[in-house]
Amino acid sequence: MIEFLKRLFGQPSSSATAKERLRLVLMTDHLELAPEMIEKMKHDLVDVISRFVEVDRERIEVSFERQDRTLAMLANIPIVAVNRPNGTGTNGNGTATTGAVKEEPAVPAASTPGATAATPPVRKRRRKKKAQAKAAAPAGAAAQ
Amino acid sequence: MSGRRIVITSGKGGVGKTTTTANLGAALAKRGKSVILIDADIGLRNLDLVLGLEKRIVFDLVEVAEGRCQLRQALIKDKRFDSLSILPAAQTREKEAITPQQFAAIAENAAETADYVLIDSPAGIETGFRNAVAGAVEAIVVTTPEVSAIRDADRVVGKIAAEGKPIRLIVNRLRPEMVRSGDMLSVEDVCEVLSIELLGIVPDDEEIIDTTNRGEPIVLNDANRLRVIYDKIARRLEGELVPFTSFDGQGLLGRLIGALKAG
Amino acid sequence: MHQVQSVPAEPAPSAPAAKLGRAIVLTSGKGGVGKTTTTANLGTALAARGARVVLVDADIGLRNLDIVLGLESRVKHHLLDVLEERAGVDDALVSDKHSENLFLLAAAQSREKDEVETEKMQALIAALRERFDYVLIDCPAGIELGFRNAVAGADEAIVICTPEVSAVRDVDRVVGLLGNRFRPQLIVNRLRPAMVRKGKMLSVEDVNAILRLPLLGVIVDEPQIIVTTNRGEPLALQRESSTGAAYHAIAARVAGEDVPAPMPPVAKSSILERLGSIFGGKRA
Repeated sequence: MIEFLKRLFGQPSSSATAKERLRLVLMTDHLELAPEMIEKMKHDLVDVISRFVEVDRERIEVSFERQDRTLAMLANIPIVAVNRPNGTGTNGNGTATTGAVKEEPAVPAASTPGATAATPPVRKRRRKKKAQAKAAAPAGAAAQ
Repeated sequence: MSGRRIVITSGKGGVGKTTTTANLGAALAKRGKSVILIDADIGLRNLDLVLGLEKRIVFDLVEVAEGRCQLRQALIKDKRFDSLSILPAAQTREKEAITPQQFAAIAENAAETADYVLIDSPAGIETGFRNAVAGAVEAIVVTTPEVSAIRDADRVVGKIAAEGKPIRLIVNRLRPEMVRSGDMLSVEDVCEVLSIELLGIVPDDEEIIDTTNRGEPIVLNDANRLRVIYDKIARRLEGELVPFTSFDGQGLLGRLIGALKAG
Repeated sequence: MHQVQSVPAEPAPSAPAAKLGRAIVLTSGKGGVGKTTTTANLGTALAARGARVVLVDADIGLRNLDIVLGLESRVKHHLLDVLEERAGVDDALVSDKHSENLFLLAAAQSREKDEVETEKMQALIAALRERFDYVLIDCPAGIELGFRNAVAGADEAIVICTPEVSAVRDVDRVVGLLGNRFRPQLIVNRLRPAMVRKGKMLSVEDVNAILRLPLLGVIVDEPQIIVTTNRGEPLALQRESSTGAAYHAIAARVAGEDVPAPMPPVAKSSILERLGSIFGGKRA
């Protein structure tokens, strides 16, 4: 009787509920049974993220949580440094670091368009472009 | 000749492993195959009971393993069939009384004189289960269309698949009327969740309880539809492509027949 | 018409005062006779009476008590986490969705039963008894280490049997293994009175003629059990249903009340004869 009423009011059948629950519980069971796979996934995940930001590999936490009708993976990945768009960055201590993408030496704050031989070509080009842009663009135009 | 060695297991208890072993064995024997059934449930033996052979036990599995008798001395021939024998489990011993290697040796020995060796696994995933699987080359996992049974079956499938042994599924105790009313998972649901090849669908039938009480495999009863069902499973095991019986509420079964590789 | 014996509320032999909860293991030998379902429903019924109840799933590797209660998504830590001191009991206890005062300590899914140390299990159950009125331990099928560990912490036992020869035989074996420490009580599950009347199923009397145990209750088989497991809502939540009422009656008896029960009809003699010959000898 109760089942009949449940379906009358639009609730899913008990078999539909069972199938859904089973699907989710088996996912959880499989994850619990594959710690090595989870470790590898964490490792690979961190490798990918490290290409964009610098992370603290020791303090990474990955967990799985039931959220409503899905299983979600939650990753807490402490970020220690975010590189500047040009590739340089600083870590928490304020010392200059190089970007994760490229290994480049730190550039002195005041540099001239006429770069010295030691300055890498890319940086020089950027500064030159910036200088040119500043010169070319009147106030009001975008400087980027 | 080296017969096929198949373990019948489930994880969850009470879903019909022993009944399946007995009836599938009987169905194969009726088709002219020579069959040896081995009860691996040491301490809680029931295969003998289900076949009504409990009074004829002289030696058991553990005594064979300990070398106190030959395999052929322990085998009990079921006189209702041309060649169906069972090797009973020991009742007063523990599952640790035999190692997986010993059990495997006995199963291999049995396979030298039979077309089929069917191993009735105990419930669970402990020693008894490990012994039973060690003796087999193939597996049949039995489940009912119920949440706990399917979850346990999934666990067992994972363990056996890790050993690289082929696995097929029997869905037991299906109640088509409950599937139709949405009160029971369908065969499709079960197959989708477990993702292993379907070998057979056995509907719930209260006659099974009665036949177990009397120690008569249901395949001896020509009037019961389960005789045909087990015969079909036997044929699929033999490699025949046999369509699955359509029960009410299994409307999609036609598509299932086409999609699945039967037999 | 037989009268159900009333269950005396025995204090545990080692209990110092009336405060210590009762640790009851639910076991059967044969799998699939309804241990987990009974644990969930009896726990629900006891909690409904106001008792503080914890359900312990001892079926490590094949846990199902969580799913029967609908709590599978809430399990954060399990029994082995507690035994191996990776988590405290309070972190592991899951409070039931439907019943106040009812808690679950789930089994581990990914571990083996060999990994549970018996002494640690005993210590845990003893600790739980100090906090709960009832500690119900859901025993795995079989008589291997999982069974032994589940039994180790308990001071009372309920055996669950279906009216089938294999189940009766297994319960008989289990009762023998439980030994003198326990005076197990019996629940007969999945009775089908129509089949009993037709002589196709053992009656409760037939079962207990062999087992000779105090009868705690009888549950009639009904499809609704499957539906409630599908949903994860124990049938004891529906007091008006016959099965729900049966569980509440059992809970009342466990708590020491004298509750009479109706007894279904006796089976024909042929099954009884066969049963008698199987059990011709004495139980070990």
